[in-house]
Amino acid sequence: MHIYLPIAEISVNIFLILGMGGMVGFLSGLFGVGGGFLMTPLLIFIGVPPAVAVGTEANQIVASSVSGVIAHWRRGNVDFKMGGVLMVGGFLGSSFGVWAFAALRELGQIDLAIKLCYVIFLGIIGALMLNESVRSILKARSSAPRRKKLHQHTWFHGLPLKMRFRRSKLYISALLPLAIGFFVGVLAALMGVGGGFIMVPAMIYLLGMPTGVVVGTSLFQIIFVTANVTFLQAVNTQTVDVVLAIMLLAGAVVGAQIGSRFAGRLRGEELRGLLAVMVLGVCSKLGYDLVATPNDFFSISLGDEH
Amino acid sequence: MAGRFILLLTLAAGLIGDVPARAQQDLVADLSDHLVAITTGFTGADVLLFGAIEGEGQIVVTVTGPRGDVTVRRKERVVGVWANVESVTFVNAPSFYAVASTEPLENVANADIRQRQQIGIENIAMHPDDREVDPGTAAIFRAGLVRNKRAAGLYSDAALPITVLSNRLFRTRIHLPANVAIGTYTVAVYYLRDGSAVHAQTTPLVVSKTGIGADIFLFAHTNSAAYGVLAIIVAVAAGWLAAWIGRKVG
Repeated sequence: MHIYLPIAEISVNIFLILGMGGMVGFLSGLFGVGGGFLMTPLLIFIGVPPAVAVGTEANQIVASSVSGVIAHWRRGNVDFKMGGVLMVGGFLGSSFGVWAFAALRELGQIDLAIKLCYVIFLGIIGALMLNESVRSILKARSSAPRRKKLHQHTWFHGLPLKMRFRRSKLYISALLPLAIGFFVGVLAALMGVGGGFIMVPAMIYLLGMPTGVVVGTSLFQIIFVTANVTFLQAVNTQTVDVVLAIMLLAGAVVGAQIGSRFAGRLRGEELRGLLAVMVLGVCSKLGYDLVATPNDFFSISLGDEH
Repeated sequence: MAGRFILLLTLAAGLIGDVPARAQQDLVADLSDHLVAITTGFTGADVLLFGAIEGEGQIVVTVTGPRGDVTVRRKERVVGVWANVESVTFVNAPSFYAVASTEPLENVANADIRQRQQIGIENIAMHPDDREVDPGTAAIFRAGLVRNKRAAGLYSDAALPITVLSNRLFRTRIHLPANVAIGTYTVAVYYLRDGSAVHAQTTPLVVSKTGIGADIFLFAHTNSAAYGVLAIIVAVAAGWLAAWIGRKVG
């Protein structure tokens, strides 16, 4: 059964879209990630124009982050003050990202830019995660855990505009979360992701936030960043397909429920190791596309896409 | 019915400029549908073109979609990665082009008429927006454009046969794939004898979106800010609902 997507202007199989939503939802329920980094490349792969994939995925992530943040909010695992500062940076960053997206599209370099961003960031994050999970799996087998310092003091603790974040037990410069928020916002707009896969490690390793509040706070600020991307893409390029977003979400809701049930059966470091393998898999597929000789050296785009 | 007949007469009278007009009754043609509606379940459409000719001769049909700018980009290896390095924009490139004929085009129409009436993909009139582009480069990029359009099923030739019954009635099927652009298409029917045109007729074919999909498209394009806000509200509500369902089930 096919459905004609009004904004993407292509005809797709309903069950394919629901299945993709379900599969990515399952993985996001299993690993506790948004799944944008899987869904956007998949959408482009089945023929959705990159701009529509990014705009629509932003819209879907608004929905999945709202449903995700509720559970964390109930348990008090959201640092609203930190989330607010990250959000301000994220707003600026994603606005810049949407502008850069349009500029790159005009130049005909958007496909390349999207793929390069994916290869670079998924590559780095995947490698770090894999390294970390392999180490902790080995360590768990060999010795007892050592006592760690609360967090390391480095140069950025000397920056001005210090703020106290009670929920995160931090007293740091607001410039740091602002910069992180900005950077992740740019990537969210360019890559069609929430950016949790960069935000979460940045919060733990750069800001030194306690792991308990990291996911909830990240989800909280992702809602606003992706809402901003949705709005700006809708206004500037009309590339937000609500029909596609709702179908993806319907599949994802079911998938996430099943995924989160499976998650209890695996150990944390095993989960992270599997996620790392998957991230590196997507990274290598896109990396291969960049270097493999294309079937046709010529590609076309319609004039009104400018 | 009467309205259809009058429309047919009007269309039959609308001759293509430089084709010599003889007896008007030599050629009559019409489409099974003048409107192709892109609905929610649209997966492409077939339109039947039928008509009658008087006397011996050959038929050629061209279908040309709405024209617009198309940018063709060429990839080249840049530090190991394939990147777009050069581009040529063609103006007036048809979004769709199909041609059908009773016999191979070379046998039916002489080179002059093929070129003037844009019969055959190689005769489609489109040129780079930049006059500086040298003809050799333009030809290479044009070939790239045609290849991409063919791959998308939007340019086709020789794929459509025309059936002629008892040297008088003819018909052919025009296939529009699911990815066709909306707008007014021109269906031109040529009646040729000894390589030159005896008669010609053009008929419009409108492809437009209808139903809820069309409403969504129109809303997104005419009222973008409201559409964006609504998309966010829908997403927040859907997310909330999903969490609620998750709690009930879990």
